Amino acid sequence: MHSELNKLTIADAAAMLRKGEVTSLELTRACLDRIKAIEPRLNAFITVCENEAIEQAHAADQRLKSGDAPALCGIPLGIKDIYATKGVLTTCASRILGNFVPPFDATVIAKLRAEGAVFVGKTNMDEFAMGSSTENSAFGPTLNPHDLERVAGGSSGGSAAAVAAHECLGSLGTDTGGSIREPASFCGVVGIKPTYSRVSRYGVIAYASSLDQVGPFAKSVRDAAIILRTLAGKDPNDSTCSARAVPDYEQALTGDVKGLRIGVPKEYFVEGMQPEVEKSVRAAIKNFESLGATTVEVSLPHSSYAIAAYYLVATAEASANLARYDGIRYGLRVKAEDHIDLYNQTRAEGFGAEVKRRIMLGTFALSAGYYDAYYLKGQKVRTLIRRDFDRAFEKCDLIVTPVAPTTAFKLGEKMNDPLTMYLPDIFTISVNLAGLPGMSMPCGYDENNLPIGVQLIGPPFSEEAILRAGDALERMGTFAPRGIAV
Amino acid sequence: MNIEAYEAIIGLEVHTHLLTLSKLFCGCSTRFGAGPNANVCPRCMGMPGVLPVLNRRVVELAIRTGLATHCTIAPYSIFDRKSYFYPDLPKGYQITQYETPICKGGYIDLPSDGDGQPRRIRLTRIHIEEDAGKNIHAAGASLIDFNRSGVPLIEIVSEPDLRSSADAGAYLRQLRAILRYVDASDGKMEEGSFRCDCNVSVRKRGATEFGTRTEIKNLNSFRFVENAIDHEVARQIEILEAGGRVPQETLLWDPARNETRLMRSKEYANDYRYFPEPDLPPLIVEDAMVEQIRATMPELPADRRARYVRELSLTDYEAGVLTSDRDVADYFEATLPGLKNRKAAANWVMTEVLRVVRESGKSINDAAPLAAEIGALLRMVEDQKISFNAAKTAFAAMVKSGKSADTTVAELGLAQVSDESAIAAACEKIIAAEPAKLAEYRAGRDKLFGFFVGQVMKAMGGKANPKVINDILKQKLAG
Ligand SMILES: [Zn+2]
Repeated sequence: MHSELNKLTIADAAAMLRKGEVTSLELTRACLDRIKAIEPRLNAFITVCENEAIEQAHAADQRLKSGDAPALCGIPLGIKDIYATKGVLTTCASRILGNFVPPFDATVIAKLRAEGAVFVGKTNMDEFAMGSSTENSAFGPTLNPHDLERVAGGSSGGSAAAVAAHECLGSLGTDTGGSIREPASFCGVVGIKPTYSRVSRYGVIAYASSLDQVGPFAKSVRDAAIILRTLAGKDPNDSTCSARAVPDYEQALTGDVKGLRIGVPKEYFVEGMQPEVEKSVRAAIKNFESLGATTVEVSLPHSSYAIAAYYLVATAEASANLARYDGIRYGLRVKAEDHIDLYNQTRAEGFGAEVKRRIMLGTFALSAGYYDAYYLKGQKVRTLIRRDFDRAFEKCDLIVTPVAPTTAFKLGEKMNDPLTMYLPDIFTISVNLAGLPGMSMPCGYDENNLPIGVQLIGPPFSEEAILRAGDALERMGTFAPRGIAV
Repeated sequence: MNIEAYEAIIGLEVHTHLLTLSKLFCGCSTRFGAGPNANVCPRCMGMPGVLPVLNRRVVELAIRTGLATHCTIAPYSIFDRKSYFYPDLPKGYQITQYETPICKGGYIDLPSDGDGQPRRIRLTRIHIEEDAGKNIHAAGASLIDFNRSGVPLIEIVSEPDLRSSADAGAYLRQLRAILRYVDASDGKMEEGSFRCDCNVSVRKRGATEFGTRTEIKNLNSFRFVENAIDHEVARQIEILEAGGRVPQETLLWDPARNETRLMRSKEYANDYRYFPEPDLPPLIVEDAMVEQIRATMPELPADRRARYVRELSLTDYEAGVLTSDRDVADYFEATLPGLKNRKAAANWVMTEVLRVVRESGKSINDAAPLAAEIGALLRMVEDQKISFNAAKTAFAAMVKSGKSADTTVAELGLAQVSDESAIAAACEKIIAAEPAKLAEYRAGRDKLFGFFVGQVMKAMGGKANPKVINDILKQKLAG
């Protein structure tokens, strides 16, 4: 029994903690043991916080005994290494931050700490969240727990793999163009990218500020709702964060989707998709119909411009966001003749190839004479894409699509071709450009036993509806999780 | 070289710190003079993950400045990122307003210089931005103090309406006066809270097209601004006279050598790549907020100047001197109650009081006696209780002792004697003692009158009322 504690859902573990059937220390040890056993093969973590986690577990057990413990008290979580964690190494998977220990906590970390959550470690990712496979990490790739020859997806691949491999009960990722939903799909877990502004970004190392959003990975839709409930809400430290009241997302899980209108965008079911992916997603739609939902075809005509617009806007913002890594105040510093040389050499050595590629692209998109043709054009496309969704949501409540055109690909398969590497995000990027909430959840397997994900997209602040629908689909049990390879 | 054939075209960009307690985007103190890197936090150090949160007081002070300079206040403005690498710029970009400044248009009226006409200098814009830190180059090392990083600034950009270094000086003085009147800035150049970039070009008089301009960066004293402009205008005319062309350049003023030098290309070869700051929502200013601020605006220098000319019959020049500093104007006005001769009070403040202030290096309220006591002193002169010279003596003593006018005049025995019988007695005594001079006077040497006045005054220890002496002497000498 002890060795299986790490396989619990958060909802079950929380109930057992309250009944005294298990302690946080036992849960935490189970996770740490699991980490010790499989990390050498999986590489889902950059930093494992064994001592800190045990200390936090002790404190959580005290609090649980007092009878006044919030939902996540004592629950072991993994944290993407993009979140500033006070006193704990925070690298963003980059050499340039290889020695960076922040003096402050990200807002969501502070919130989780206040609830008594346990942080087992900082998870691996694509450097500065740039990538779709977690192969662009300065600390080596994270492998897919379902097949160690394949990628975990990116950029939050470590967080997705850690949950799938039961190294923690839930985790945090960030999603700029699909960085939560795609690895969730590849690893067979649930991942939510909330509405832009729903969750504070303070203390989250920025990739593209107008697209980045914080969200959880979990083993069930209910668990995702429980974590999101804690993360969401106004933050005086983030001026872009919404003041709108946070609903109790767990309470929203009624199982009732009767009358729900599901939109199916014709542009998202195209040639070249892996047939099993289309089959599983269509089956999920049929399942919704069997629960009393109706389907309607919708159109998102500007979808084909989404990737181009995304790479202009995101890289432009990234080029400025990453300018602070100059070797002057923290992180890597390479010895040099003068300050200009110091920047050049520190950045040349500190950043990986993909990060450099995107900084250059963004710098170009913002340069004098090109701003109108690139950055501004990208922003205009963004407006058109948002309008597409507005129009679609006049006809439906939620939109259902695939998450990625394929299941997890093999390591190195796309590394030499950056352009094909950008393709896994084609179904997720529009959601970031439009600032909408989207969730990825498992809906089947391909013939190699690799998980397939389905994406539920809603209008702004419709997280309750998305979670309710996802939970109803999950309850049908038609998608039974299978064992993993490690 | 015919300098007179040319006309200088000058525009100024002034950066001034706003008088807030905390920085533009974080809660750190803005206090000047703290130890190196004492006033910093993750936010103003640009640590990974931090986000800016706008200080609303900055917006208020920018609006106050805008209203004081007749600007239009933008109901909607945004912040932009301006990218460049510099060691003291922690984020690698500066948050500033670019396309949509909070204040647009507007103007500043300069007081006439002596007999000239008052002139209107148009403003292009006023926008909000954050300051950078400060590099300190010590022996063999470069150090950075980030206390100034994130301190709120406004940049006030003028149209190229200035024509001489004197114009530039007058404009800067007037602008600083306005900023101090509305409590937006202390305008302390020596602390770097008021700095100026000058755009300078020259053209042949009568020409309508502008010449190529150069920019002189980061001047932090009125004198440097004036010297740098004079030098730059002469340099450009020399180039043009020699048949050359002025290259468009960014220059630094070297006050030690009294010359401009070219900034190294590495320091200014920049494409700033402005784009809207995604971490800050647009700045919305409601009409109600503007009206609320307008209701709290003090009387401004130009209005006060006009009032002094209108109501106190001062010249525009005098009014300009007295209103250039709000404290001086307040001091001047506090001397006035009960005084008939406003002009005398104005002269007294402009000469005696400001001389003491200048020599002390302190503010007027610290250096000069209470304005009410100066008023009392001047009233005594007006009432002929003391002489003008006695007032000067009393003033000097009051500066040192801080005592009241009454006490000082009494202690120093400066009160004038107007007692006619005492004066008559003294007159008789002098006339009796100088029979020869009397005879000469009576024979028609009128000039000797002054001699008798002097002798009587001397006999009375300088305290006699000269008017009374005059009247009595005239009678007595006439026989
Ligand atoms: Zn600060």
